[in-house]
Amino acid sequence: MTTTRSPNSLDIAAARLRCANFRRRILEISQQVSALHVAPAFSCLEIVDVIYHALMRRDAKGKLIDTFLMSKGHGCLSQYVILEAFGILNRSDLDDYCTPRGRLGAHPDYGTPGIAASTGSLGHGMGIATGMAHADKILGIDRRVFCVLSDGEMQEGSTWEAMMMAANLKLSNLISVLDMNDFQGLGRTSETHPAFYPIADKVSAFGFEAVAVNGHDASAIEEAFLGRRADRPLMIIGKTVKGRGVSYMENAPIWHYRSPNPEEYATALAEIERAENGAAL
Amino acid sequence: MRNMFADKFYDLASEDARLCIVVADISPAGSIQKFREAYPERFVNTGVAEQVMIGMCAGMALRGLRPFAYTIATFALFRPFEMIRDDLCYHNLPVTVVGIGGGVTYSTLGGTHHAQEDIAIASALPNMSVIAPSDPAEAAAATQWCARENNGPAYLRLGKAGEPDLTSQSDEPWVFGKIRKIRGGESVAILAYGTITAQAVKLAQALGAAGRTAAVFSVHTLKPLEFSGLAQILKTYSHVVTIEEMAPMGGLASAVKSFAFDISARCRIDSFSLKDEFIHCYGSHADLLEAHGLGVKTMLEKLGAAR
Repeated sequence: MTTTRSPNSLDIAAARLRCANFRRRILEISQQVSALHVAPAFSCLEIVDVIYHALMRRDAKGKLIDTFLMSKGHGCLSQYVILEAFGILNRSDLDDYCTPRGRLGAHPDYGTPGIAASTGSLGHGMGIATGMAHADKILGIDRRVFCVLSDGEMQEGSTWEAMMMAANLKLSNLISVLDMNDFQGLGRTSETHPAFYPIADKVSAFGFEAVAVNGHDASAIEEAFLGRRADRPLMIIGKTVKGRGVSYMENAPIWHYRSPNPEEYATALAEIERAENGAAL
Repeated sequence: MRNMFADKFYDLASEDARLCIVVADISPAGSIQKFREAYPERFVNTGVAEQVMIGMCAGMALRGLRPFAYTIATFALFRPFEMIRDDLCYHNLPVTVVGIGGGVTYSTLGGTHHAQEDIAIASALPNMSVIAPSDPAEAAAATQWCARENNGPAYLRLGKAGEPDLTSQSDEPWVFGKIRKIRGGESVAILAYGTITAQAVKLAQALGAAGRTAAVFSVHTLKPLEFSGLAQILKTYSHVVTIEEMAPMGGLASAVKSFAFDISARCRIDSFSLKDEFIHCYGSHADLLEAHGLGVKTMLEKLGAAR
């Protein structure tokens, strides 16, 4: 068993502060457009943050070496705010989100800085990530692909086709993280698809290493990554709460797409601030 | 065509390390087997899993490789259609989707194995090039173009095995996007693509015997279609015939007729295609074409040239 240590180290207090700021920024954008995917972005925010800040490697010039792929494309606001913080996207890009003068839509689009592939239709990311990871092996390049998926898209047969191939090809450079928030279009996944669980058993039966963690616990995600076997693809299964961080959004399907009104916006900001102060105490 | 593709791919891939092939449990023997042994990482068999065949090709192309996806035409195009649309065409990636046994080539295997709508469906996709070579030499030339020149997604419809040479006597070389005259004639122009071009040549011979000399053009590139060349044909010939082993809508017939209207062409146009039907007929490829109304004698009768 081998472990590979990331050169970045995770500062938990700094990560919490970052995520609070990212939530505020996403809510700020929500006040400019009538509809956006706030809740799906909040459920995977800690996952995306820890991948970008602690797991992905950078070269000597600070450029990201590894690849990030948002297979659950509707969670892309979590990626946009991080790319903005890195200066890969501009402030005006996010201010012009979903407007004709801007270049960012509600799903990531290839060609936009920082976006490795277009997603939005579910069940495509794992196949593309598998191809990228295999290509890097062919090319002899030490590069990892991080792919974030939703539990809904684990119902796509294409995801399992890709997982079968990633395991057959022993793609240890493929790291996937499942944002298991238990919600999809028509309800709670655990209620509509009870036979789907436990997901970790199915993932490991397909030849992946599966590690279940709290998906809002950045340290647990980092530990799962650092402690991996590294002889096969990895899936970190993060149990998350959809809409995490704003009480009225948590586990409430309407917030998959709706934007908060001014009162709701003020409530959300106050809650994020309270949580931030509480965490600091 | 299958073997010609395999030989050509092996030669090209031996020189260009970016060329890879991803198959879904269907692979030509011979040269591809040799390629597999020589470059095991550049040959991937996803098994009976066509969605990941395309998804992987997209990921590999995003890393700078030039993959070919290869299986029977129905499974190459229809089964993973949304991956072809989103992963290949929306990203505009240099991936060639090779569909073997296009049309009703798999004549004993039933409708599940017939790609009778492929050209129309592939042509509707933005960024997609659509190529259907008429004989093995054209298949080799098209393979080379896809491997070396192509910078976006392409659908390459091939036959299977045993197709006759139709083009070695042509004065014109195979050029991507160019309609190619492969047989001279004065009174009729027959346009065809894919393996059924062999029927077009037989029809031309029969028309010649009936006193109406017919030229045959290989319209091997369906998208982009060469409209300037087509305009020339529609102006030069008083009678134009299209023959295709494909559905009656969205293919060569539709394109030729609508373009003829646009340019106010005055020629007579007849079109022959597969029927808009799933037919339950088993036999030789020729039997299937006959059942679809694409036998030479049937076409001659419809053209009023039967003896």
